[in-house]
Amino acid sequence: MLRTWMREGNHWVWFNAMAVAISLLAVVGLISFIVFKGMGHFWPKDIHAYTVQDGQGGTVQLIGELHRRGDRVEGNIKEGVTHIPQLLVKVGNRDIFGADFKWVDEHAIVQDITAKDLIMVERYEWGNMYGRLKSVTLGDGMTVTGDQAWDIFQQLIARHTELHKQIVRIQKYEIGAINAGVEQLRLDRRRLELDNELTEQAIAKLDEKRRQLDNDYQTLLAQMRQLEQTASALGKADIEIMNGSVVSLPINKVVESIMPNAMTITEKLGHYFHRIWVFLSDDPREANTEGGIFPAIFGTVTLVFIMTVFVMPFGVVAAVYLREYAKDGWITRAIRISVNNLAGVPSIVYGVFGLGFFVYVLGHNIDQLFYQEALPAPTFGTPGLLWAALTLALLTLPVVIVSTEEGLARVPRAIREGSLALGANKIETLWNTVLPIASPAIMTGLILAIARAAGEVAPLMLVGVVKLAPSLPVDAISPFVHLDRKIMHLGFHIHDVGFQSPNVEAAQPLVYATTFFLVLIIVALNISAITIRNRLRERFKSVDN
Amino acid sequence: MSSNALQMQSARRERMRGYKDFIAKYAIGVGGLAVIGAVLLMMYFFFYQVAPLFSSATMEKLATYDRPGQAKTLMLAVDEYQDTALRITEDAKIVFFKAKTGELVETISLPVAEGVKVTSYHVLNNADGQVALGLSNGQLLLAEYGFDVSYIDGVRQIKPRFSYPLGETPMVMDAQGRALAHVSGRASGNSMVLVGSPKGAPIVEFKAFELKKAMFSDEVSLEQIASNQLSLAFVPDWLMVDGMTDWLYAIDTTGAMQVFSIRDVEAPKEYARVNTLPSEGSKTRQLTSVNFLLGGISLLLGEQSGQLTQWFPARDANNHYSFQPVRAFDEQTAPITDMAVEQRRKGFVLADASGYVGLYHATAHRLIGLDRVSSSAITNIAMSPRADGFLAEDQQGKMHLWRLENEHPEVSFEVLWQKVWYEGYEKPDYIWQSSSSASDFEPKFSLAPLAFGTLKAAFYAMLFAVPIAIMAAMFAGFFMAPKMRQAVKPTIELLEALPTVILGFLAGLWLAPYLEKHMPSFFLLMLLMPLMVFLFGYLWSRAPDMIRDRVPDGWQAALVIPVVILAVILSVWLDDPVEHWLFAGDMPMWLTNVAGINYDQRNALVVGIAMGLAVVPIIFSIAEDAIYNVPRHQVNGSLALGATPWQTMMGVVLPTASPGLFSATMIGLGRAVGETMIVLMATGNTAVMDIDVFNGLRTLSANIAVEMPESEVGSTHYRVLFLAALCLFMFTFFFNTIAETVRQRMLKRYGAL
Repeated sequence: MLRTWMREGNHWVWFNAMAVAISLLAVVGLISFIVFKGMGHFWPKDIHAYTVQDGQGGTVQLIGELHRRGDRVEGNIKEGVTHIPQLLVKVGNRDIFGADFKWVDEHAIVQDITAKDLIMVERYEWGNMYGRLKSVTLGDGMTVTGDQAWDIFQQLIARHTELHKQIVRIQKYEIGAINAGVEQLRLDRRRLELDNELTEQAIAKLDEKRRQLDNDYQTLLAQMRQLEQTASALGKADIEIMNGSVVSLPINKVVESIMPNAMTITEKLGHYFHRIWVFLSDDPREANTEGGIFPAIFGTVTLVFIMTVFVMPFGVVAAVYLREYAKDGWITRAIRISVNNLAGVPSIVYGVFGLGFFVYVLGHNIDQLFYQEALPAPTFGTPGLLWAALTLALLTLPVVIVSTEEGLARVPRAIREGSLALGANKIETLWNTVLPIASPAIMTGLILAIARAAGEVAPLMLVGVVKLAPSLPVDAISPFVHLDRKIMHLGFHIHDVGFQSPNVEAAQPLVYATTFFLVLIIVALNISAITIRNRLRERFKSVDN
Repeated sequence: MSSNALQMQSARRERMRGYKDFIAKYAIGVGGLAVIGAVLLMMYFFFYQVAPLFSSATMEKLATYDRPGQAKTLMLAVDEYQDTALRITEDAKIVFFKAKTGELVETISLPVAEGVKVTSYHVLNNADGQVALGLSNGQLLLAEYGFDVSYIDGVRQIKPRFSYPLGETPMVMDAQGRALAHVSGRASGNSMVLVGSPKGAPIVEFKAFELKKAMFSDEVSLEQIASNQLSLAFVPDWLMVDGMTDWLYAIDTTGAMQVFSIRDVEAPKEYARVNTLPSEGSKTRQLTSVNFLLGGISLLLGEQSGQLTQWFPARDANNHYSFQPVRAFDEQTAPITDMAVEQRRKGFVLADASGYVGLYHATAHRLIGLDRVSSSAITNIAMSPRADGFLAEDQQGKMHLWRLENEHPEVSFEVLWQKVWYEGYEKPDYIWQSSSSASDFEPKFSLAPLAFGTLKAAFYAMLFAVPIAIMAAMFAGFFMAPKMRQAVKPTIELLEALPTVILGFLAGLWLAPYLEKHMPSFFLLMLLMPLMVFLFGYLWSRAPDMIRDRVPDGWQAALVIPVVILAVILSVWLDDPVEHWLFAGDMPMWLTNVAGINYDQRNALVVGIAMGLAVVPIIFSIAEDAIYNVPRHQVNGSLALGATPWQTMMGVVLPTASPGLFSATMIGLGRAVGETMIVLMATGNTAVMDIDVFNGLRTLSANIAVEMPESEVGSTHYRVLFLAALCLFMFTFFFNTIAETVRQRMLKRYGAL
């Protein structure tokens, strides 16, 4: 029986089915893994207080979150090794203990309690703190202990968050604008100097403006100092940490504090979404290992938007030429070979081209011609947003061309002929009938191009994406869109935080979260592209018939 | 409105419409052609950036004039702007003159007694202009020459300087007062070694000093810490102390070389004797000029025949040094009379007795330029510190100043793709090491290990991807129920859209550590999964019809999913027992210690899986199309003749679709070769040439991503990286074009069928 079954090749069919199953499981498994890991990061985890044998007969206390499980190797390879299971506990307090994490042998744990009064404090510096709140001292010296302390603590944190927002606004936007103004004055002066027009009058005028800016600056600075003083006078919290000592923590160092063990599921859920929102809307802190990813999202969006401006007209025109104008001949063939090869060239090669040609040749010459006053500091002669967008535009060009061509091919002849028969000429036919009908296909191409661009990293590493950009590429300072600025990018953020960060273990959950959002964006874009395409196909099936 | 005006308006509108149509036609044409333009521009730009690597140097005569000053020249030097030059003459004079005109600037006498001549010299340090001068009274004088640059009203002024920072009093080298025929030495760190050999005597006076800094000034003085007399087997013609003051070489014109180890300055001892000129038949060979290459490791031995051989000590695994001839340059035919070395690269110039000067690069093993500078023999040659010119003196007392343009001598075909013997290495090897902090570093630009790494990563990725993708395509394109296919195809293709940075991140930070801990589970899975699927398939065929009929034909894949999941769970569960049973509890440790296989956490297996996953959807998508589009009547014919579905697949479908499968594989390969982020993150980026699956690798693309941002624009390194990018470009161009051609042909055939 088995023989015949095998002779008919049935087992091979099953093996083929297995290959499909592997591929499917790989996709589904990969995406669920990312979702699980990425979304898990935001859930308020319980805080454990472990009592652990210290190996000398005594015990020590560890307070923190259970980060993950692992093991250590004991014995030597000749006689065989054993793996001792271990827990990696995030104990925080990097400033006191030197590291965020501690490994403990599972069997050495004597007691594991999740007491309700254990708190987690997220700080602006040095990561989290775990412990018990002992008392809160207000700015006027009044000390609160007991149950009330927690409520006061929360109120103070809320007040500080308000103040902090104001300080950041002054620091980043208002003082930032003044700095931009001062820099602009310097460039104006240099420009006049280069043109030999630096007269006494001009100098006086520039100096006047400069004085004004200085005055504004002083006012803002005073305002900010005032706020900072208020913030630092809010008070402090005394927290008992795991080694028994009590640490005095000024309120203005605290981002937030929670008591996860005492939280109900609803509270946890609320906090969970709050954290997701903070992650999406906040700036990164501590070398990108904490805080949010807002600049990276913003940079990615700006980048693909500017890329679209370049790739869209160019790609559509090229496709229209191929499908509507070109006669079959060697030129068409050459274009098709070119498009095919553009699609197949490794993305890093585009990066090299972008760096060598756009940045060092085009950018350098633009600087020589238009930004001489800023030299030797390069304006466009260095990697930046414009060059990154152009490089990506080149990279995604084939996607737009192929998709648009497909859309044009699906426009029935009858429609074209009808339009021509009514007396419209070629461009009118194109503009008024063919392109509108093909527009979903063009949209599909564009969405696919955006999805590709949002996930591309290798070329961007060379042409303008950095780990930490000091300012966003779009802001309130003229000319509003700063094409010469370097940007942050989600994909590069993953690479950088995951691989170049000094504290990979602490940063990993954050990388998974970033990965999750990137996957979410890309999967959503792709699914919408596929849906539009399928709908288009359905629609013209009926027209064809 | 009159009908006339209406007519005119309508005519104008017609004209406008015509213009618009006309303009649109050409604008769109330009837009279409711009695509070709972009590809051509890219290609042109890459070639334009790479071309200077392989161009020869320009050598151009700037000036010829009579030698300024009197007496025979011992040594020549020129400043970095080629403005001022100096001669140290036999009669103890330093003659400074304008390099471009020969106009005398200044003549200085050395602080030596009347009638004492300079009999020998050695440049201890090119950068500081430190020289040791051997005198006819057996003494040695240390001096420093230099050219101070200042700007007055934006005009460069060069003021020559000749000073004695270690004192004006010569030190006694030969107690008997015999003329010093040869001197040498070297300062290294805080110590200095000086050697001298009296005329006609087979001995070397060896002295070592410590450099003492004065407390409150910059003054430095020498304090002798060792003094020795070494006896030689012959009267030496050259004495050379190497750059690290490890070795002292004594060489004579017959090629005999005696090497002393002087690392322990108190007890220098003979280390080896080498015959550097083994006789070739009846031809007698003779050395005519000897010098060190930059860094003081390689000896350059110039011969009567015009040949030059590079030697250096090669260290073997037992820390034993052997002195090896590394490479020879035989482009010149007249006796080598003098040579000068570059101060920032491993290049040198050779001057010969028929007036030719050749420009070479040692590592690249390459003659870069050769020209006749004089009609008579050249006696002395000096190179400018920036290696952009040289000054030569010929036998008739003429001086020749030449300009050189030689941007990228370091690269040759040999350097890029063949084994090269680098200084300090045991044997020739393929090495990529592009930069270092040391100024006398020998850059190692072998693309071979990177190309190898690229192909290795692609190979393992394809090994993983091709079977899965093609088999899945076979099932989805032929056996699968249409409804299921509609869901499966876009799902697998979704993987293609997943950014590779995500796959790389998961591979590097999750898969690599996981595999290190649970290595056997992977191999168990490879074994268990097919076995279980096979068993399940057979049992399914024996199952009662009642169960079988519930699942329609073409849904096998859905049935297999739980089996595959079960196999995964089983192999993870069995991992620990198997690891203890077979690999002493820890497979990576076992591999390293017992099997002797180097285990890298981020190895080719990890890359193979991660990049394989990235390539699967590409191959699957194209291959599935090819299989699905095989004309239906062929399939039906085969089935009607009684062939089983699988026999139809193998006999009819696959042969017809094979060009499509080939093309899919090629495109997948092109993608695997160029992929950057996965290999960057999932390998250790070590440029080793080792096919072993557990070892790391470094690919061309990752190398570009790592090094490009740091490389200086226009430097050799920058251009070599462009060359690497060009290689990738050409490689993918080649494979894509093949794939496309094959696919087009297949489509035509489908049309005919």
